[in-house]
Amino acid sequence: MATYTYEHTPDHGAKAGVLAYLATSAAVLLLMMVFGLLMRLEQAQWISIGADRFYELMTLHGAGMVGIAAIAGASVMWHFLRQYVDLSSRIFIANLVLFLAGVVMILGSVLIGHFHGAWTFLFPLPGKSMGMWSPGAAALFMGGLLVIGVGFLLLHLDIARAIVARYGNFARALGWPQLFGHDDGKAPPPTVVASAMVTIVNVIGLVVGASILTMMLVNLYVPGFDIDPLLAKGMIYFFGHIFINATIYMAVIAVYEILPRYTQRPWKSNKVFLASWTASTLMVMFIFPHHLLMDFAFPKWMLVMGHVIGYLNTVPILVVTGYGALMIVYRSGIRWDMASKLLFLSLFGWAAGAMPAFIDGTITVNYVMHNTLWVPGHFHTYLLLGMVTMVFGFMYYLGKPDHEADDRLLDRIAFWLFTSSVLGFTLSFLYSGKESVARRYAAHLPEWVPYDRIGAVFAMLVIASSLLFIVRFFSRIGLARHDYQRAPVARAATA
Amino acid sequence: MQPIAWQISLVLMTLVAFGFAFVAINSGRRQEDYAPLQKSAYRLRTRLFWGLVLVFGPAMIYTLLDLPYDAARARTGSGAVQVVDATGYQWRWELSRDHVAAGQPVEFRVTSADVNHGFGIYDANLHLVAQTQAMPGYTNTLRHTFTEAGTYKVLCMEYCGVAHHNMMTEIRVVAQ
Repeated sequence: MATYTYEHTPDHGAKAGVLAYLATSAAVLLLMMVFGLLMRLEQAQWISIGADRFYELMTLHGAGMVGIAAIAGASVMWHFLRQYVDLSSRIFIANLVLFLAGVVMILGSVLIGHFHGAWTFLFPLPGKSMGMWSPGAAALFMGGLLVIGVGFLLLHLDIARAIVARYGNFARALGWPQLFGHDDGKAPPPTVVASAMVTIVNVIGLVVGASILTMMLVNLYVPGFDIDPLLAKGMIYFFGHIFINATIYMAVIAVYEILPRYTQRPWKSNKVFLASWTASTLMVMFIFPHHLLMDFAFPKWMLVMGHVIGYLNTVPILVVTGYGALMIVYRSGIRWDMASKLLFLSLFGWAAGAMPAFIDGTITVNYVMHNTLWVPGHFHTYLLLGMVTMVFGFMYYLGKPDHEADDRLLDRIAFWLFTSSVLGFTLSFLYSGKESVARRYAAHLPEWVPYDRIGAVFAMLVIASSLLFIVRFFSRIGLARHDYQRAPVARAATA
Repeated sequence: MQPIAWQISLVLMTLVAFGFAFVAINSGRRQEDYAPLQKSAYRLRTRLFWGLVLVFGPAMIYTLLDLPYDAARARTGSGAVQVVDATGYQWRWELSRDHVAAGQPVEFRVTSADVNHGFGIYDANLHLVAQTQAMPGYTNTLRHTFTEAGTYKVLCMEYCGVAHHNMMTEIRVVAQ
């Protein structure tokens, strides 16, 4: 039987590579937030940048945000996973170098070549621009994505190697002996289980993504190499869904590792935990048809599968990870600081965002809400208030001067400003979706503009608070490399 | 449908918020012995799990009964099916007819001549009433019965390039 006593683990500082990942993520995040704001301001008719510039920003915003979410998530995973398995620092750095090379290619494609086929590069749009960009610009964009994908594939292969070297195989890393047999309490820690899951799904997702990118690159120059558009769409959403969701599964490791240090309560890999991660491994791969519910030509059984898994997928988020955080915090005597508050908030963001997401995955709802602003409404909730907030929490944790240091008033204000403005921002999207406002429109109908204006104001506040978080991270980056106790000890029980 | 989705989402998000707020408020005083707390929390979790199964399970199945790909949306109509061939081009729609009769089923046969588009039908209040994707090489059949006469807009629901937001046309629904 597993035991549930808390064992203190030493608090390691971050390697330079982890900080390079975080610094890159923070800088690009801020820039992409500004791009997002410019898009909202354009829709709000407060600025005038033109449709071509709008769609260029939209393409960069999508690709950039997905990219830095993956980079930031990988930094969290790598930082904690290396405390259990032997990872290669060189491959970790190689991934960042390839990422930056890919970013340069994408920037060149969009800013010089004027590619604006959206980050989802739906076939055959990149090759059919009506003269708005050249095949070379499309190739540069897709080549950039391919280079980034190769970097992540290398990283995951190294993680796979290290996990297999330590645990023998992936079944053990996922805790299957304890899940399907006697729980002897020796299942791998949550960090290893989560990393194993992410590695499995991302390797498969990246191979599929690289395959369709390669097919489309060939098609650009050899049009006779024909591609079925429905197959291409399925492959793109299979890859895209896995890749962006894996960023949350990587970042949540910060919650698993850090919250127990604040509460002095363990987050163990028990049977329910292991079952939920094994289920999530399968569900994250088979849920992708919920992006294709309006493609009636897609096999109907797959669409029904997307609908059903959309519902099932919320269970592990709510009942295992979300509830697990509530369990260890409840009557824990936790001393709240920016790191613990942001990490706790992030689980709320993830769980809350999952609600409008699964509702959108309901076929009859999707029929009147697909590709409205409801979609960015729900994914901004679980990515911005969930995944990005996990990373902000991790950044504050690494830069905390000492375990008894108090937060500054400005940071406390920024926390509440961030929380309220992200909610206002995402609810403005969701409400727009309820009002049928179509997504990815450079210019909105007059009836839609008031929602855009509200959204734009909240977006400014989100950026202001995020800017403070990021400035604080950079100002304390020197502390992040050192080994010392960062989490304050929980209050002792009173009689 | 949209107001229902909005209200259910708000209620569920608020419930999640209450859960987190309740725990945050009750986090200050430490209960040193975690084992009994854990035991009762696991018991509550089991109830929560079955509660979710009981609420979401039937909802998941019930909403599947009304699949949009079949004739469900046209079920209320009577009379001969009115066929409209709709083809998306960068950046315009081509419809085989620009008016249909209310109360009589319509079958939109939607395809694309170039890239992916989305065929979204908006009513006079600018609310989306039906949609399907327009794909090159495929024909998606969208069946719908208009209950109210008026001028409906067709907007593009899938990003298709620089004039995506201008890709609109109209279809008149006339009273019988």
